Formats: sequence, structure tokens, C-alpha cells
Amino acid sequence: MNIHEYQANRLFQQYGIPVLSGVVAASGEQAVAAAESLGGGSWVVKAQVHAGGRGKAGGVKLAHSLAEVGELADKMLSHRLVTHQSGPEGVPVDKVFIVNGVEIKKEYYLALALDAQNAGLMFIASSQGGTEIEKTARDMPDAIARQPVDLAVGVKPYMCAAVAEKLGIPRELQKQFHRILLSMYRLFTEKDCSMVEINPLAEISGGLAALDSKINFEDNALFRHPDILELRDVGQEDSREVEAARYDLNYVGLDGNIGCMVNGAGLAMATMDMIQHHGGAPANFLDVGGSASEENIAGAFKILLSDRHVKSILVNIFGGIMKCDVIASGIVAAAKKTGVRVPLVVRLEGTNAEMGKNILGDSGLAILSADTFESGVRAAVQAAGA
Amino acid sequence: MSILIGRDTRLLVQGITGGVGRFHTEQMKNYGTNIVGGVTPGKEGEAVLDIPVFGTVSKAVRETGANASVIYVPPKFAADSIYEGIDAGLEVIVCITEGIPVLDMARIKRYLEGKKTRLVGPNCPGLLSPGQRCKVGIMPGNILIPGHVGVISRSGTLTYEAVAQLTAQGVGQSTAVGIGGDPIKGMGFIDVLELFAKDPDTYGVVLIGEIGGGGEVEAAQWIRDNMNKPAAAFVAGRTAPPGKRMGHAGAIISGRSDSADAKIQKLGALGVTMAQTPDKIGDAMVEALKKAGIYEKCLTQKTGAMC
Repeated sequence: MNIHEYQANRLFQQYGIPVLSGVVAASGEQAVAAAESLGGGSWVVKAQVHAGGRGKAGGVKLAHSLAEVGELADKMLSHRLVTHQSGPEGVPVDKVFIVNGVEIKKEYYLALALDAQNAGLMFIASSQGGTEIEKTARDMPDAIARQPVDLAVGVKPYMCAAVAEKLGIPRELQKQFHRILLSMYRLFTEKDCSMVEINPLAEISGGLAALDSKINFEDNALFRHPDILELRDVGQEDSREVEAARYDLNYVGLDGNIGCMVNGAGLAMATMDMIQHHGGAPANFLDVGGSASEENIAGAFKILLSDRHVKSILVNIFGGIMKCDVIASGIVAAAKKTGVRVPLVVRLEGTNAEMGKNILGDSGLAILSADTFESGVRAAVQAAGA
Repeated sequence: MSILIGRDTRLLVQGITGGVGRFHTEQMKNYGTNIVGGVTPGKEGEAVLDIPVFGTVSKAVRETGANASVIYVPPKFAADSIYEGIDAGLEVIVCITEGIPVLDMARIKRYLEGKKTRLVGPNCPGLLSPGQRCKVGIMPGNILIPGHVGVISRSGTLTYEAVAQLTAQGVGQSTAVGIGGDPIKGMGFIDVLELFAKDPDTYGVVLIGEIGGGGEVEAAQWIRDNMNKPAAAFVAGRTAPPGKRMGHAGAIISGRSDSADAKIQKLGALGVTMAQTPDKIGDAMVEALKKAGIYEKCLTQKTGAMC
């Protein structure tokens, strides 16, 4: 789960990571009041969206007067922001975050993330602050410091010294840098993050400060962090994915025209690969899971059909513990209830597959029952092209 | 023969009194697995399908001589169940549960070091050895037949797809192992390959991989350097959108190309026979067995399959 910068900023503060104090605003008027309360002579207006790359997309602007703060805020709040991560439709900007403009002496990149291979965490840092780490990794891979952290040991002084040395942190700031690393580690492990990122960590007058705050949380651990769950902003998420989650479905929207409904993530991906191999384009990834009920399947149909690009639907089920006759009954009931406006191809294999096929055949619905994986995919591709 | 599980397995079911645990206990028992007990804290003294329920794993082990367990416990409590199994000295723990927090798994992974326990999963379908009539987990037993191909997979239903294709061609399996799809898990591809390499009854291996992380390429390198048995593989996710799950610093840490295409190419170059599409996994294994000249030896007699 992602949260907004202003929320991450607050968490950073709680954990003792130095940040610029800022005020969040939902209108131009509020933004002006926020800037007034902060004082100073220049302010940065920052669009609050979950998508990265907002600086380049015009979501971060410097203002030199209160009037300018109001204008910039109004403009940001009235448009969806399109970044290279948001998709062409962009994301809504419901809030802006106002901070003071500061003079920056130097910028660093600093992140803490999961190191799955070593079952621990790892600090990733570079002296190229303000730049996306992917770009630094590509252009100057030697500029990146990697410091593994063992969960049984935690962050030790020598690790901080090693990262500081690689980055060229001035000696008088190293104590503060050490505290920042410790705080990031504590935040990560106490709140079950999947990433804590500071980009840039800047040298300003008075020391180091996180000028942007980004935290991702691990979805599987949210059950033990009700305080974090409250920070969720579903307005920033793909509405189809939010709807799918309500039905316990794992859905990812894509650009093609063949809707897919599959049990199991691996088979769902394999089905998408197979569609493409036969000249078609999948409209989505959809895993109905291991124990899909009729209600889940009805929900899945609703979501697939809400995508107006979908020209055919392919259901690919390998019944193991989940029996094909149960799935077939679910498909028939759901199709009758929701009405399926596009050709529907169903491939059932595994436990009780024959019974399932009979149920589909006797339903009176125009369901094309495929005998093999390949013939099912071919039929769905053909139907989408017709 | 088989790996990890077999006729000597004396299985405990952790979470036996829950709906899922109860259902799969019946399935495993009907298949022929020797289930000696169940564990649910606070339900000591009860019985499920005539199987005694214990309150702790250590007591269950003392009273039944159990040497393995399978876990069907909700994600909130599953990490605790794994630790309990490790501390009770179980040789094999198979965790089916999906959704265990990754930091919990990271700590478990470190805790396992130096212990004798082998952990399979979490978030996996478990294992099945058809020749030994031993099923631990949720794989549908009816699609496997006894034979000589070892199966290792990160996915659930895609494993069934692959196994069914082998069975349809009369190529039986020694053991099928679902290692699970989580970023931090118990046994990885190479851990299982080491056992298949040593198992005299396994003549060839099929790997089912996915986009991102996971170690398929390292597994192929290991096969080339250490195993004289033919291997086939399929990697899912050629059309998966990049970076949906694993962006930014995560990708920098892994420091390698995790795309399905890159994996497919590397595995092929390392001598693994690749299935280009998911419906050709069985064909790819058959091709690899034929190339090695052991295809005939790997065919399971139809009558043998039925017994």
C-alpha cells in the first residue's frame, strides 16, 4: 500500500527523521493560509499523488508570493496529473502539500528496501540525489552504495560510516546521518514497510533533511497496523483493481481486448502469454483464487465487462481442489445474472471437467466450451478479432 | 523413491480443526498419507476423522513420533506455527498458508539456518509423491501417476497443468514440489534440485518458473554444473506488465534482469529444454528425455498407473 508524501512526512517526523515541516491543503485558499502560517519568502507547492515522477510532470512548483501559491495550488487541484507512472488517464490531485523553499547545498538518494535473496534489508544510496535510482543504476552504477542489514543484528555504526564514506557525507553531518539510518530501520521494521525512500536527502542550512518522503507498506502485514490502514487513499488506485479486491480477486488492468478469468496467478500469466503467442492481446490479469464462489465469479464478470475494450472473454480453469462442476455452475449463474455481451469461451480441465462441460452445454447460454488450452485461446482470439 | 516425503512420513496437520485444514486432511488421508495427529492450540483432546488433536506440536511429536507437518493456519498465526514446528524438531514443514508478512518470513529464514528442518512454502500447493501414495498439501492426487520425472514449481495451478500434460503422455512423476511464490520462502529451486539429483528414481526434472526474482537462472546454472539429468522448463509472465509489484530500489537490489524473456533465453542457453507456450511443457520434457535417450525408461505402464 502507498501513502501520500504529507503522510509519510508525518511518520518521518514521528521517527525522528529530519523533514521540512509543511501544511497540507485542499484548495487554493487553504494553500495560501498554509503558506502564511509557514512564513518565509518562498514556498514549494507539491501535488499529493501516489504516482512517481511528479516533479517532471509539473506536480512540484516553486512560488515566490502568496498569490502565486494560491494560483499554483488551484491549477494543480483542478487537473489530473499525468506522470510516466500514472498511465495516460493520470491520477486525481485532491491535496497539495506546502513547504518552505530552501537553499540546497547537495542532494543524496537514500532508500531502505527488502533484500529477498539474503532474507534481510538493504540500504541503497547514492550521491546523485533528486535523480531516479534506476537512472543512476544505468548511467553510473559505481555511484550506488549497497549496505545489507541483517534483521538479527540491525544497523551498526560501521555500516553508517561505510555508506557515508561512499556518498561523501561531510564529517560534521555523519552523526545525524547515522541517526537517520537508524530511524529508517526502526520505521521499516516496526511498521512492516516494503520500502522507505528519501529522494532527495538534502544538505541545507542546519543539516540534513528529507525533502521528499516516500513509504510503501507490505499489504500482507496491514492487519497488524490499523493506524497505517487509515492512511489509505483509494482515489489514487485503479478503480477496477479496488473493485476486484472487494470480491477477493487479484486483478491488473492491461490494454488488450480479451478478458481473462483464470484460477491461480501462474496459470493466469501463462494464459496471457498464450493469448499473445496466438496473436491476441489480453485485457487483464485476473486470478479468481483457489476457492472462487459464485459471487466471486459474478464479480469477476462484472469487472471484465465494465472494460469497454473487451471483445471476448476466456475462462481458463484447472480444477484441482476446486471442482469444475462447481465452477461451471457459478459461471452459468453469473452469466445469467449479469448477462454476457461478448463471446464467452470456457476451458475446463481437471477434477470433474466433464461434468462441468455438461453443465455449460445444458445451460442454453452461448458458451463455447473448449477441449484444450490451445483451442480455447484460439477461439477467444478469433472471437475478439471478428 | 521420492524426495522429502514418502511412506516413512508421519504427518501432523497444524490447523486441523479449521474448515480448510479439515477438508484437506480428509483428502490427504484418502490418498494414503499417514496422518498421525493434528494440532490446534486450545483444542487438545478432540479428534478430526479419528485423528487425535493436540494442543502443541512438541506434545504431538512426543506421543505420535511425527516427523513432518503441513500448515493450514491463517496468515496472522502461521509464522508462529512454523517456529513451533522447527523447535519441535520436525524434519519437513510444508506451509500452505498465503499472506504471511514478508518480514516474518525473513526472520524464519534466518532461524532455519543450522536447524535440521526443511521448510517448503509458504504460499504453495505442497508436495505429492504418487509412487509412495503420499500427499502433503493441496495438489489434486488424481492427475499424478508414479514415475521418474521430478517437478519443481513456483506456481499452483500451472503445476497441475504441467503435471497433467506429463501424465497424458504417460510420463509419470517421482515427486512434485510446489515451492511457492513468496519472495522469501523455505526451499528454493536449487535446494530441491539437490535432492532430485541424488534421488536414484528421478531421471529428469521439469521447472516451472515465473517473471521476477526466484532464481530460475541460478537453478539452470546449477543443473549445468552439477546434474546429469535432463531438464525442461517453462517461465510464465512474458506479457506481464513490468514493475507492477517490484519497482525502484527492489529491482536495483536484485541487480539482474527479471523479465520472463530474459530468463527464457538464459535457461535455453544453459541447456534447459524450454517450452515456448504453457501447453507444451509436457512436450518439452519428452523432448529432453528423448535427447538424453531415456524416454522409454520414463514411460509409466498404464496398468501401473492405476494401482
